[in-house]
Amino acid sequence: MWSILSLLVENKPGILFKVTHLFRSRNFNIDSISVGITDNPDFSRMTITTYGDEKQVAQIVKQLDKMIDTIEVKQLDEHKTLFRELSIFKIKLSNANDSMEVNKIANAYGGQIHNVKKDSIMVELTATPEQTSAFEELVKPFGIVDVARTGVAALQRSES
Amino acid sequence: MNKMETMIGAKALMTAMEKEGVKQVFGLPGGANLPMYDEFARCDIRHILARHEQSASHMADGFGRVSRKPGVCFATSGPGATNILTGIATAQADSSPMIAVTGQVPVAMIGKDAFQESDIIGMANPVVKYAFQPRTASEVPMAVRKGFYIAETGRPGPVLIDIPKDVQQNEAEMVFPEEFQISGYHPWTDPDMVAVEKAIEMLLHAEKPVILAGGGAIISSAFAELQSIAETLMLPVVTTFKGKGAFPENHPLCLGPIGMHGHAEANRIMTEADCVLAIGTRFSDRSVGTFEDFEKRLKIIHMDVDPAEIGKNQTAQLAVVGDVRVNLRIMVKLLLQKAIKKTDESPWIKHVRETRSYWKENLKLHPGEMGAAKILRKLRELLPKESIVTTEVGQHQMWASLFYDVIQPGTFFSSTGLGTMGWGFPAAIGAKVARPDVPVVDIAGDGSFAMTENSLATAVLEDIPVIVFVLNNSTLGMVAQWQRTFYDRRMIGVDQQSCPDYVKLAESYGAQGLRAQSMDELDKAIKTALSSDVATVIDIPIDPEEDVLPFVAPGTSLADMILPS
Repeated sequence: MWSILSLLVENKPGILFKVTHLFRSRNFNIDSISVGITDNPDFSRMTITTYGDEKQVAQIVKQLDKMIDTIEVKQLDEHKTLFRELSIFKIKLSNANDSMEVNKIANAYGGQIHNVKKDSIMVELTATPEQTSAFEELVKPFGIVDVARTGVAALQRSES
Repeated sequence: MNKMETMIGAKALMTAMEKEGVKQVFGLPGGANLPMYDEFARCDIRHILARHEQSASHMADGFGRVSRKPGVCFATSGPGATNILTGIATAQADSSPMIAVTGQVPVAMIGKDAFQESDIIGMANPVVKYAFQPRTASEVPMAVRKGFYIAETGRPGPVLIDIPKDVQQNEAEMVFPEEFQISGYHPWTDPDMVAVEKAIEMLLHAEKPVILAGGGAIISSAFAELQSIAETLMLPVVTTFKGKGAFPENHPLCLGPIGMHGHAEANRIMTEADCVLAIGTRFSDRSVGTFEDFEKRLKIIHMDVDPAEIGKNQTAQLAVVGDVRVNLRIMVKLLLQKAIKKTDESPWIKHVRETRSYWKENLKLHPGEMGAAKILRKLRELLPKESIVTTEVGQHQMWASLFYDVIQPGTFFSSTGLGTMGWGFPAAIGAKVARPDVPVVDIAGDGSFAMTENSLATAVLEDIPVIVFVLNNSTLGMVAQWQRTFYDRRMIGVDQQSCPDYVKLAESYGAQGLRAQSMDELDKAIKTALSSDVATVIDIPIDPEEDVLPFVAPGTSLADMILPS
């Protein structure tokens, strides 16, 4: 089971270490992790995607909650959550048509084109991890030089 | 508004500790904690010198478990800090309140691989409840205040305060806070009346209910509540090893500890039960055997102060989160209100009684005069019931579990979670500091005692007369037992060859050394030790081939006990 966890943590040095250490020492998995500041300078927001069965994820949430530096731990419902990942692809261009083809695919995914060179092109994408992976599949045949993915940022949608 | 005072960080540390009621510190000085040590000259806190930082931490641990207030230990940076780590991990595994204060290289030197620098904050992270590293002197009082609060509330545990040397030396305007807030820490929960009511229903409807008392029952001193509930509902009581003595072991409803070396009657009744009221236990593998087999056919009511324990090792049908004593009190009250009181003998309780008396009479014991059971029963017979017992780790520890009955609840302590050899003796010293009015005995083995035997210097020089009761089989006995059982008697690395001579060793430290080679000698030795005011080592040679039985092999279920043949 793929799960998104949203953590509000103390904005102090060493917290990222403690959180990741907990995952390691308790034998849990981190799929992706993103950390950023919040409107309150005392706290930061961590978004962690993890996988495990229901029991494991429940245990991860409890162990994270037990940490004194975590203010709030939420397991987000995928269907009630807005989650996005920023990724940057550097794609190989082998012939004149490639540039146009990549452009088309990027457009379909709402991607932005950067740094167009004779033999490579960069695409910036903000999408769900699923969409990003689909995009990756589509551009693979051109040859991917490099990819950087941020991991997701997520927030629960308002109910009404 | 609190009054401000100007002082250096080291003085602020001592002042803040005095405000927490600290009367003594167990420790060892070194380069990076000298400013703190200098303050002992100017305050009322007693310093008790250990001969190894690990021992200092076990002393603090023993003090903490007995007094239920955090014991404090000091160590210098680098190797001092890494030496203390074993003691911190031991305290964490057994939920013992402790404050470990380490010196650190000056702030500007951190990360430069300075002399005696170790990243103790990073190393200790997985084995502390929390850690502080004040970077300016003015942060020291708050670190101490919060540290003590965190260590002793909720599920207790060790807190590390790592103080760079310049932070100890620098002057600052100090505020000693009364009030403070920790946003992510809420150790107190309201009693869960609804869940407790459900728990009563489940216990009343069960055919074969049992109470399993864990270490949490001892930590929260829920002795009276536990006994009242057991007697009111006529519930047999088994314990985990950590919970040993949460309930008087001479009580007719008590079956003793379950587990790998649990009492045969306890393991039998536990495997037959259909509903368990589990109080303050994490269902460790050593207690329950294979997780899947344990929870099969068993309805579990799990009471624990730590919500993360619910569902970790066992699936609970009902969870009661919160201080177990508080919730048990609610249960006692509800039982009174509802006028529930079982008096008649159910078939289950009749069966429990039969099982109990069968195994009390029929468990085969070592035939020799100096068998472990006879030795420990003699100790029990001669020790006043309020005496405190600690143990080392190994065969003697499990024999103590099997044959030393705890009569007064909360008088038995052991390194049960981490299983730290060398724990018992320094912990006994800490326990004696907490309770100088009662005899304190470390039930030891020769292998385990060897690890911290130099604490004899502390016991003698600091005038802390504890008794070390060494069941000496000249062997690392538990390992030897596994080699006999699982490795076809290939005995590797276990022979200690009666080295050292513990009587001479004790004497060389100025302690009393006694040897007991017969029951008569043992009787005399125990009486001599109890009536003398100096630390005493009683060396008791025993058969190196004696096994601890019953034995539930690792990775098997409690139903598969190996019994003495």
